[in-house]
Amino acid sequence: MLLKAKIRLKKNIFVSPPTLLVGIFFLTVSPCLAAPVEGDAFVTSSISEPSNLIPFLASDSASHAVTALIFNGLVKYDENLKLIGDLAERWEIQDGGLRILFYLRKNVRWQDGEPFTAEDVKFTYQKLTDPATPTPYGGDFEKVKSLTVVDPYTIEVIYKETFSPGLASWSMGIVPKHLLEKENLLKTDFTRHPIGTGPYRLKKWTTGQSLELWANADYFEGKPPIKRYIYRIIPDQTTSFLELSVGNIDMAALTPLQHQKQTDTLFFTKNYQKFRYPSFGYCYLGYNLKHPFFSDQRVRKALGLAVNKKEIIEASLLGLGKVSTGPFLPGTWAYNPDVPEGVFDPAAARTLLKEAGFIAVGQDGILSRDGKKFSFTVLTNQGNDQRKMACEIIQKRLRDVGVQMDIRTVEWGTFLKEFIDKRNFDAVMLAWQLSYDPDIYDIFHSSKTKQGEFNFIGYKNQEVDALLDEGRREFDETVRAKIYHRIHQILSDDEPYLFLYVPEALPVVHRRFQGVRQAPKGVGFNFIHWYVPKDEQKYKLKA
Amino acid sequence: MTKYFLKKTAGTVPLLIGITLITFLVIHLAPGSAVDAKASFNPKMTAQAKAKLESLYGLDRPILVQYADWMGRLVRCDFGTSFVDGKPVTEKILQAAPVTLAINLGTLLLILVLGIPLGVYGAVRAGTLGDKVLTVVVFAGFSVPTFWLSLILMSFFGVRLGWLPISGLHSLFYDEMGTWQQYLDLGRHLILPIGVAAFTSVAGISRYVRSGMIQVLEKPYIRTARAKGLSRNRVIYGHALPNVFLPLITILGLSIPGLLGGSVIFETIFSVPGMGRLFFDSVFTRDYPVIMGILTLGACLTLLGNFLADIGYALADPRIRVGEHS
Repeated sequence: MLLKAKIRLKKNIFVSPPTLLVGIFFLTVSPCLAAPVEGDAFVTSSISEPSNLIPFLASDSASHAVTALIFNGLVKYDENLKLIGDLAERWEIQDGGLRILFYLRKNVRWQDGEPFTAEDVKFTYQKLTDPATPTPYGGDFEKVKSLTVVDPYTIEVIYKETFSPGLASWSMGIVPKHLLEKENLLKTDFTRHPIGTGPYRLKKWTTGQSLELWANADYFEGKPPIKRYIYRIIPDQTTSFLELSVGNIDMAALTPLQHQKQTDTLFFTKNYQKFRYPSFGYCYLGYNLKHPFFSDQRVRKALGLAVNKKEIIEASLLGLGKVSTGPFLPGTWAYNPDVPEGVFDPAAARTLLKEAGFIAVGQDGILSRDGKKFSFTVLTNQGNDQRKMACEIIQKRLRDVGVQMDIRTVEWGTFLKEFIDKRNFDAVMLAWQLSYDPDIYDIFHSSKTKQGEFNFIGYKNQEVDALLDEGRREFDETVRAKIYHRIHQILSDDEPYLFLYVPEALPVVHRRFQGVRQAPKGVGFNFIHWYVPKDEQKYKLKA
Repeated sequence: MTKYFLKKTAGTVPLLIGITLITFLVIHLAPGSAVDAKASFNPKMTAQAKAKLESLYGLDRPILVQYADWMGRLVRCDFGTSFVDGKPVTEKILQAAPVTLAINLGTLLLILVLGIPLGVYGAVRAGTLGDKVLTVVVFAGFSVPTFWLSLILMSFFGVRLGWLPISGLHSLFYDEMGTWQQYLDLGRHLILPIGVAAFTSVAGISRYVRSGMIQVLEKPYIRTARAKGLSRNRVIYGHALPNVFLPLITILGLSIPGLLGGSVIFETIFSVPGMGRLFFDSVFTRDYPVIMGILTLGACLTLLGNFLADIGYALADPRIRVGEHS
């Protein structure tokens, strides 16, 4: 039976000045003074609803955010983006990377009380690779030759070839065999009532409105102090900002405009702590390298010189971004800090275009080569104003050096099917999300140019191919770093993409939460250790 | 009469098949696919994995075979399951429909409660300053963009004054409240959505009532009623108004299918999980079973509405029934 709890909302969000002073003092010294206390709820929001809570069937970010609290993988990335054990206590890499042994934790129980064992891992792997499972992650496990249960707490994985990014793929959430063995994954009720090993368990899911998770007292790293985690679905960004403005949401990601102009009110500074750090992604202009002009490296370099990336960041992100120099995240080990940002030099761009054989013929000042005008269309997806604005700025700068660029926005589904898949474009303006592992084989290797694959610009460079292969065979981070630094350098020289910017993530967190820290992984990575001092708790929960 | 009824019923079947066939073809021929939406441009999604998904969903078969299959299930009242979350389509619709229906019914009620007196007032005082001011207000409500008005009111009543909740249908920890508190909570959440929806569409009804009333007031029987010394209110509410209601009932009848059609913008801004959002999300994820489910439901309701109207007319007006013999 469900215990009825009485809820009393703390009305005065505004604290009087003396308390505030004490509060600030408390905040700065508290990490070493106060012990985490239990209680309170944490409310966050998302523009979309999770679609599926079985980790390997979930492909959207909302589902990931929730499954990450309910399930654990064998490994996970720590705050500094190093792989550490999660359900696996440790692992051994043997036979030059062909064999990985995972040693599992022994004190782990599923949220229904059953013990977690190697059989669950095997079951998850079998489902992942089962042709009847509609998972987008099967590719990660294709290189696995076999998975054997050595004993209830040891797993042996044999790979067909050395594949270092494969280790990170074991961060996939493990699902319980005893609950799913007899279920049809496409129809099972488990997707709505999942049972995992994680710090929170799903208590209630109100379709289209919210999900409520309760702290798991049995969690192997200890019960999280925050009793409830509430994930509200608010599809409109303006609405969620209004909810934030009255303190109804404890953590949210702001837009650059909100961060810069709309959150300097007394209410915000008193109640929220703002953060900013590079998000895991970059925006780029990708050239179709089959295009007669873009296959010429001088042309690509010239366009790179003609565009002022800093200006784009100032205008479309209000300065909240970094210039992108290549396909890795600034500050991570794969990122090569020696690659220059590139300069804005329209005069040099004009010279380079002239060298490449372009001359201005007509009255309009548009360059042409072999009787063909230099005009092309850039495609971008509908609904992203930042990208559209970036396109417009580029359009103006290219016009200045005599290149005509038209902009066309297309609905996402159509964009993929009609243009990307069919290679039917001159250039595209898109962004990549980066995974923590720097392997970018799928995006730049010349073997990945077939329909439906992701090197859709048709990039071919033998050295990059060889380096990408090598990067996948090597487990040692320092050796891998050298490989990816070289790739970074080559891609910056070759410019198959015009790398534009890395937008910043701009979260805010309510100040009553203690233990909130920013690390290379961002904010929120240590959520299970956050707590609210007793007298600051907003939601008094009895149950 | 029975013959007329049967003829009408038989006529709707091919119509329904035609409608569903065309919509099925259109949504399947639109570029993009459920699999692409699911893969969400993730480089880890290999071509093989996509092909696997396509055959799992049966999307690799010829489109007419897919339609026949869909129709075959439909006659057994099976709308299939969603590609996105594997839930039965009927369950998804049954979850969203009551929300939209409740809001639309509430709105309709409020529109009638406000619109009829406003219309009567406008007709009785036609041409006076009061009438003109009302006309301006009513038309302002009609022309103002819903999303803008919603945001302004949310910001004013929700943020500035803090009187009303901003969005959603329930407060946090709704289940842990008492029954009365739950009703109160739900009611408070519905004030703004229903208020905005009613204000932006009260123009229609109030104008119909106003113009109908003006016409009726010129009729000889009103003059007679006045001549025999009835009070002003008796004349207006007892004799004139019922005659204005007849065309009003037709309009209300035609709005039946609309009761289940939610507005995407409106539901998105208020974070209300209704039919509009369900349909919109399904279109963007190319969730064919859900799209088809909603469209079929819409088609059925429209046909039902027309059918009822036909029958109703036939019952009310013998000339329509006589027409079938000629």
